[in-house]
Amino acid sequence: MQQSPSFKRELLATLPSLRAFAVSLSGRHDKADDLVQDTMMKAWAKQDSFQMGTNIKAWLFTILRNEFYSQMRKRGREVQDTDGAFTERLSVHPSQYGVLDMADFKKALDGLPPDQREAIVLIGASGFSYEEAAEICKCAVGTMKSRVSRARTRLQDVLKISGEADYGPDPVSAQVTTHTLG
Amino acid sequence: MKDKGKMIETSAPRTRRTDDGLGPNSDIGAKLRAFYGAVQDQPIPDKFLDLLEKLDEVERAGRRKDT
Repeated sequence: MQQSPSFKRELLATLPSLRAFAVSLSGRHDKADDLVQDTMMKAWAKQDSFQMGTNIKAWLFTILRNEFYSQMRKRGREVQDTDGAFTERLSVHPSQYGVLDMADFKKALDGLPPDQREAIVLIGASGFSYEEAAEICKCAVGTMKSRVSRARTRLQDVLKISGEADYGPDPVSAQVTTHTLG
Repeated sequence: MKDKGKMIETSAPRTRRTDDGLGPNSDIGAKLRAFYGAVQDQPIPDKFLDLLEKLDEVERAGRRKDT
């Protein structure tokens, strides 16, 4: 029982990222916060099964993900509020990309199949390795890689933006820009 | 022949983050992190902190009863 104070501290430190993952999964702030609270209670009850010094972030993400899918199975998928709750709150914290742009991105992300969405979020934003992400999602590393790649391609298609390492406009959008400006 | 073997050896054995198209130069990667960061950078809601305190309290009370 010595472990309690530091377990609490580590749980606290992971909360912001856990919450962002919950929003990515559920697509809604209010649902996400319920999910985080359920996860906190589950994790607290199971803390004896957690070994200090191992990856608590991956452990908590796994619990949250399991919780999310078991709740989804129970309730059936509810209609998502694609632009409402999140955009409203996000406008209080505008990112460097601007609220409108971010709302488009959010919509595109929500449009991905759940397995691809969680994959690209875990790898691209949560900072997990492919091995860790595969463990969280209980799939093979190769599966994780292909999900991330499909998610990325799909987002690029939907948002009509070019890929990596291409700071200048690609030939097509360059034409469009020239055309629009000219 | 030797070189060939070497090449295979030096190619990254595990996770290479540079080839997933989500690196610092990636537009999708940047948007994804901005989206995620917008939530992550918000202060932890009081209800979470309250819950944590409550869980801690219950546990401490339980321990007192045990001893």
